Amino acid sequence: MSTRVDARFEKLKAEGRTAFVAFITAGDPDLESSYELLAGLPGAGVDIIELGMPFTDPMADGPSVQASTIRALKAGQTMIKTLDMVRRFRAGGDNETPIVLMGYYNPIYRYGVDAFLKDAVEAGVDGLIIVDLPPEEDEELCLPAIKAGVNFIRLATPTTDDKRLPAVVAHTTGFIYYVSITGITGAASAVTGDVEAAVARIRKYTQLPVVVGFGIKTPAQAAELGAVADGAVVGSAIVDAVRGELGADGKMKPGGTGRVLEKVRALADGAHSARRAAAE
Amino acid sequence: MSALEPNSYRTGPDERGHFGIFGGRFVAETLMPLILDLEQAYKDAKNDPAFHAELDDLARHYAGRPSPLYYAERLTEHLGGAKIYFKRDELNHTGSHKINNCLGQIQLARRMGKTRIIAETGAGQHGVATATVAARFGLPCVVYMGATDIERQKPNVFRMKLLGAEVVPVTSGTGTLKDAMNEALRDWVTNVADTFYIIGTAAGPHPYPQMVRDFQSVIGKEAKEQMQEREGRLPDTLVACIGGGSNAIGLFHPFLDDKSVEILGVEAAGKGIETGEHCASLAGGEPGVLHGNRTYLLQTDDGQIKDGHSISAGLDYPGIGPEHSWLKEIGRAKYVSIRDDEALDAFQLCTRLEGIIPALEPAHALAHVVKIAPKLPKDHIILMNMCGRGDKDVFSVAEHLGVSL
Repeated sequence: MSTRVDARFEKLKAEGRTAFVAFITAGDPDLESSYELLAGLPGAGVDIIELGMPFTDPMADGPSVQASTIRALKAGQTMIKTLDMVRRFRAGGDNETPIVLMGYYNPIYRYGVDAFLKDAVEAGVDGLIIVDLPPEEDEELCLPAIKAGVNFIRLATPTTDDKRLPAVVAHTTGFIYYVSITGITGAASAVTGDVEAAVARIRKYTQLPVVVGFGIKTPAQAAELGAVADGAVVGSAIVDAVRGELGADGKMKPGGTGRVLEKVRALADGAHSARRAAAE
Repeated sequence: MSALEPNSYRTGPDERGHFGIFGGRFVAETLMPLILDLEQAYKDAKNDPAFHAELDDLARHYAGRPSPLYYAERLTEHLGGAKIYFKRDELNHTGSHKINNCLGQIQLARRMGKTRIIAETGAGQHGVATATVAARFGLPCVVYMGATDIERQKPNVFRMKLLGAEVVPVTSGTGTLKDAMNEALRDWVTNVADTFYIIGTAAGPHPYPQMVRDFQSVIGKEAKEQMQEREGRLPDTLVACIGGGSNAIGLFHPFLDDKSVEILGVEAAGKGIETGEHCASLAGGEPGVLHGNRTYLLQTDDGQIKDGHSISAGLDYPGIGPEHSWLKEIGRAKYVSIRDDEALDAFQLCTRLEGIIPALEPAHALAHVVKIAPKLPKDHIILMNMCGRGDKDVFSVAEHLGVSL
């Protein structure tokens, strides 16, 4: 079953481009501003959207994403509202840009796996990245998601050795998300040579596109890491940009969304320059 | 029930770390290879007589085991019913049962060649026990502690620093135990190559719930033998307090297949379950996934984790060990809850009648004993785990009683 994610990578491959993947937290700093930002991402050059489902205890995230999660929850974000954002995005006419929900298992478990998958598909969600579901727990959500036609995108990390890689890629669809550092989101930056070697190692086990994330903060880093993979993810730098546009009342300043999108545009240009530079 | 009743209640977890639907390994991929290594290292250690010999030696000569089994004569007379015994784990080195687990885990860390120790702590008892064993074996130690808890447990913070540990205040979330655990997990994921995470309670990803239970089971094993010597039989009722539940599972586990023994776990009802300000995960929670395992959690309908409340910082955790969730579901153990004020009364009663100042955590277990003992016959034996001493709590008790020191 081909999804929007598969279609997007086919298109990028044909164009010889690297994917730029942007992460934002749903509902940060409030539902309307967050939707405005979401709707503006494709126009800013984003190829794939990662939409964070806020959770009180984001154990794999650094201070930037933690803070954005707290802002969203304080503003009243819920799973239902997150799915509504996707539904509204699709109703707005974009039927091509893939949206992948990223987060932790408990809010989905509480919602009910079957109900969640049904509602997510109906809303127009294409994939899931769930940090605390390793292959050992595939029966929980991974297998039902694949059955429902939703991509289950697995994280591979520097500690994922050759012994584990076959299991990690086995039930992964859409793409592999390579976590370029041992650490949390927004932490120290990766060494490009190490990432290149890791991506080559992963490609021995799978045909799926490999996208690199964690610790990419600038257009230059997006270009550098994007060149050695099929895509680059930026998250913390974007949610930090959101934080930078908040007034004393915690609300987005007038024109704030536009300025965040300008930063996203610069990051996207960085990532997109990667493959062209490599080809020249 | 009979059709579903297992041959033994003591065989869990299964090879994937499940107690019924509870438990499991819900961790980030970065940690998963290490979790598997740890599982193997623990299996090997369990089958190695040298590991047990070393641990027994440390338990005896360093921690002061076996802890006494004490007949609480004046409390028994005062309540006028069942005969009450205390398992005196508050007499251990560092003042609580936490040392049993820390000695086991640091031995494992050394076997695995890990050179750095991290831990989370709420009341500071586990932090102190971890800092203690780290000092004993000369390993650097970082303890994550919520900023709110640091404020209310200053003596333990200073103890940890004296022992050479670095105490890192956690300000994320609400600055309590669950946030400290999140931060410890973030450290672990960043320093996975050289670091061993000593989890303090029988929760977390497999194999922690099993491992912590095994190290704490020394409590129940000793108590069973001691009771045989003193009374020539098994106790009728076991009572222990529950935050994450490590002292309770340590007492309960060796008795699970003794069907005549009634098993009672006591959660913290805070200001009352009905007020919402409590940390009774079983009484007021729903199954969910947090900190590596599926278990009962205090959470909203949207799956967001709620903060607990208890007079006792050691019980202030929105989850519970997965084996307790299972024991509740299959009905082998019963779980009740005790409010702050009831625990405070029991704290004072025990201090006056027995000359034992209990920690506020076992004061919850004691308060339930005070409730049930008068209604039971004089030949009914209650065994309660006195899992910690109250020295750490005297300042906060004074405050609650309106006394300025």
